[in-house]
Amino acid sequence: MMTRSGLCLLFLFAFGACGGAVDDTERRSAVPSPLRSGVTFLTPETQALQVDAFANPGFLWVDRGRELFSVARDASPACSSCHGDDGTELAGVTASYPAWDTASGALLNIEGRINACRQRHQRRSPLGYESDDLLALTAFVGHLSRGEEVSVEIAPETRGAFERGEAYFFTRRGQFNLSCAQCHKDSWGQQLRGDTISQGHGNGFPAYRFEWQTLGSLHRRLSDCDQGVRAEPMGLGSDTYVELEFYLAVRATGLEVETPGIRR
Amino acid sequence: MTGIRISVPDTAPAGEIIDIRVMIQHPMESGFRRDNRGGAIPRDIITRFECTYAGETVFAADFHPAIAANPLLSFHTRAIESGVLEFRWTDQDGQVWRETAEITVT
Repeated sequence: MMTRSGLCLLFLFAFGACGGAVDDTERRSAVPSPLRSGVTFLTPETQALQVDAFANPGFLWVDRGRELFSVARDASPACSSCHGDDGTELAGVTASYPAWDTASGALLNIEGRINACRQRHQRRSPLGYESDDLLALTAFVGHLSRGEEVSVEIAPETRGAFERGEAYFFTRRGQFNLSCAQCHKDSWGQQLRGDTISQGHGNGFPAYRFEWQTLGSLHRRLSDCDQGVRAEPMGLGSDTYVELEFYLAVRATGLEVETPGIRR
Repeated sequence: MTGIRISVPDTAPAGEIIDIRVMIQHPMESGFRRDNRGGAIPRDIITRFECTYAGETVFAADFHPAIAANPLLSFHTRAIESGVLEFRWTDQDGQVWRETAEITVT
């Protein structure tokens, strides 16, 4: 087992020496073929857990999110007063996020959108990025798009963000000197430390990870990946991770939203 | 935030075996882990679960540190009469979470 993971890492160190600038050939091949959601690399039992709307523990957060969504507090309107009871108006929206927000002139993911909404329309303070309440609302809004195909398009305003996200994906970093692409583009499907390397999509997030024993955001996962290659992780909710999330969403176009997903 | 999810059929024919599933949100911290500064993370677990049906205990379980977070239990009982099922979780410090579900037996 040790030899196998050791060999795999050696392989990664030895090849793929080109980093930095992304050339067109690399860019075209960055979308894996066939496109496979992270869930397809899990055992049949774990896959069954994800689709079981009772036993999937992520639904604890969805329940909580539904509650928060419909409660008006501190003289501010409830989310449901604009977005419909049970968020009916928001069905399908997460499939097109991260998206450009004209009012703030920034790229926002769902977490950012929820916090922007809280500040603008509810006059409330933003929720902490990895707080249970923000995870709950994100999971609730996300689950309204379950089964929708991810369809994020690059607009003129978001071209720069896409390119920065792409550059992050292809840049080697950390003491292991590995880029996202070396695992999730070049080596998906292979074994690494008793695990199968996935294609690195965000379509199941916020997801319940067994390793965490809780629900966590995509940014927490990205941070874990950065720490895994011994690089300094970027902040949760940072522009860098939102841009990377945007790049990953464009790359995952066509996969179904699985929020709340189950991952190892 | 403690979420509880209960799955009990609303109605069942008398004598039928019914499927009950319950889940509670709880970290089930084992007490064996250490934080990133090396300090011990204190144990925090649920130690007992009980289900009563029309006042009688039909299922109970003792929990230990190896149980994963947000424990899910699945068990069966026989539908005997219309009534209330009560679910009760007790943690190591004696804190109790309760939830009930009604079933109509036809």
